[in-house]
Amino acid sequence: MNLKRAMGKIYHQRYLLLMSLPFVIWVVIFKYVPIWGWTMAFQEYKPHRTFWQQPWVGLAHFRELFRDPMFYEVMRNTLVMSVLSLICGYTLPIIFALLLNELRNGFFKRFVQTVSYLPHFVSWVIVASMFSKLLGIDGGVNQALMALGIIDKPILFLAQGRYFWGLVTSIEVWKEIGWNSIIFLAAMMAVDPDLYDAAAVDGAGRFRRMWHVTLPGISTVIAIMLIMSIGNLINIGFEKQFLLGNNLVKDYSEVLDLYVLNYGIRIGRYSYGTAIGIFKSVVSVTLLLLANGIIRRINPEGRII
Amino acid sequence: MVQRHTIGDKLFNIFLYVFMVMMAAITLYPFLNVLAISLNDSVDAVRGGIHIWPRKFTLQNYREVFTYPHLVTGFYISVLRTVVGTVLGLVSSAMVAYVISCREFMFRRFVSGIFVLTLYFSGGMIPEFMLIRKLGLINNFWVYILPGLISGWNVFVLRAYMDTLPENIKESAKLDGANDLTIFFRLILPLCKPVLATIALFIAVGQWNSWFDTFLYTTGNPSLTTLQYEMMRILQNVTVSSTGSMYALGQANAPRVSPESIRMTITVVATVPIVLVYPFLQKYFVKGLTLGALKG
Repeated sequence: MNLKRAMGKIYHQRYLLLMSLPFVIWVVIFKYVPIWGWTMAFQEYKPHRTFWQQPWVGLAHFRELFRDPMFYEVMRNTLVMSVLSLICGYTLPIIFALLLNELRNGFFKRFVQTVSYLPHFVSWVIVASMFSKLLGIDGGVNQALMALGIIDKPILFLAQGRYFWGLVTSIEVWKEIGWNSIIFLAAMMAVDPDLYDAAAVDGAGRFRRMWHVTLPGISTVIAIMLIMSIGNLINIGFEKQFLLGNNLVKDYSEVLDLYVLNYGIRIGRYSYGTAIGIFKSVVSVTLLLLANGIIRRINPEGRII
Repeated sequence: MVQRHTIGDKLFNIFLYVFMVMMAAITLYPFLNVLAISLNDSVDAVRGGIHIWPRKFTLQNYREVFTYPHLVTGFYISVLRTVVGTVLGLVSSAMVAYVISCREFMFRRFVSGIFVLTLYFSGGMIPEFMLIRKLGLINNFWVYILPGLISGWNVFVLRAYMDTLPENIKESAKLDGANDLTIFFRLILPLCKPVLATIALFIAVGQWNSWFDTFLYTTGNPSLTTLQYEMMRILQNVTVSSTGSMYALGQANAPRVSPESIRMTITVVATVPIVLVYPFLQKYFVKGLTLGALKG
């Protein structure tokens, strides 16, 4: 009887089943099968052997990882650049959105917004190409600095390690500030206009209205975006570092994903590379849960889990 | 609202406008600079000092770029993967979103659950690489389309939008004898146009801009190269030898064009399609992004 009812339901929803089946298969193959690949980190994986022929080595790859001095340098670079990018890439768009929100001229506001979204849509390859020109000896940045008398001879910015972290962060801010401000600006538009009037009647100037009305009005959105940024702290990728870096600045530009690429794929040490990948996943999930827990204490509406 | 124009207010307004004009200038300058150099005679450009307007106007660089077989192939493959990837990705994401927005569907929680989990973790670079190899997608066009076909994020934005559609239109279509497939294609997709435009833009930009899959999976087949990958190779050659020694491209035609001018010209070619499209979709993507952040 129950079976008959279930069969009837399946028949009734056959189109929905048909529509979801190919994508369930897709997600299992492309998203879940790679997780099974994590077993490689605990084996001495060689491509020509089957799964059962791979010798198990336990945590040997992890032990080797934590003993490698390169790993600590790479970790330092990753953390410094991701923290810099979190601080700048998160606060500056809020300030930009606050200022945009104060613009009264609708046409000018739209123009600035449209322009500010532009760099988000071009690839890092193109951005790196533009900035390697701009930061070159005869590029616009050196010319401007010399014209202003700040420096007296051109600096090879991309060839000196000590500039690398700052440059990557600045270029990232240039690329994403407009885009990242969209959500904050949208949240600001939803703040009740009566609150501004009330504050104005109470004698609050523009700054105090921004501080006491606008910012509290978007605090939930700020909290959500902060958790997501912290969860992604370690996932800064490698595109920027790969494209803007070179051998001269290697000590400052190598990040975790580049380390995986160089050790895991180029040299073919698949097991070792997978171990690094697992380490990365564990750290980012821990950070996400931690940030979520802290925010839940401060502002219960802002949590995402 | 009572506007009191104090001196502080006026100063603040002046600061605001000056700041915004500077922001716009800093954002646009690199683009205009690249455009000016690409439109300038390449021998003359080596002297430097070109800002936002070409000094000796020419289209020679563009004529040159479109004679390099690699770049022509790259352009063609980039367009192809963008079109195929966007169409397939859009329909697939929307179909998943539709299925999990149907409240009566028996496996709704399961399907939505396995897509939610993909937002929080991934297998990582190496297991994915091994999978692609096992599936025989190395040096295969479909490696550009299949692995990234659906993003969980896009599914949830689409689903959030579908949830705002009135339930009864679906009911009445069902009473008229329509099945879910018909409802999806005839009824839901047309109603979702604004959010579909947003997602299409996101997918298309991702496809057009990616180079790493070419780098990792298809370098063995030059007929599958992409514009961004070719761009990346030229860039790597320039930055590695910071003196800017001749890249093989420029070498063959050294007297006529410099590698630098060629690089700037390709940069323009790779940027223009996006610049032409995104301003028209602005009102859609702002809405789509907000929907995703507030519901996700």
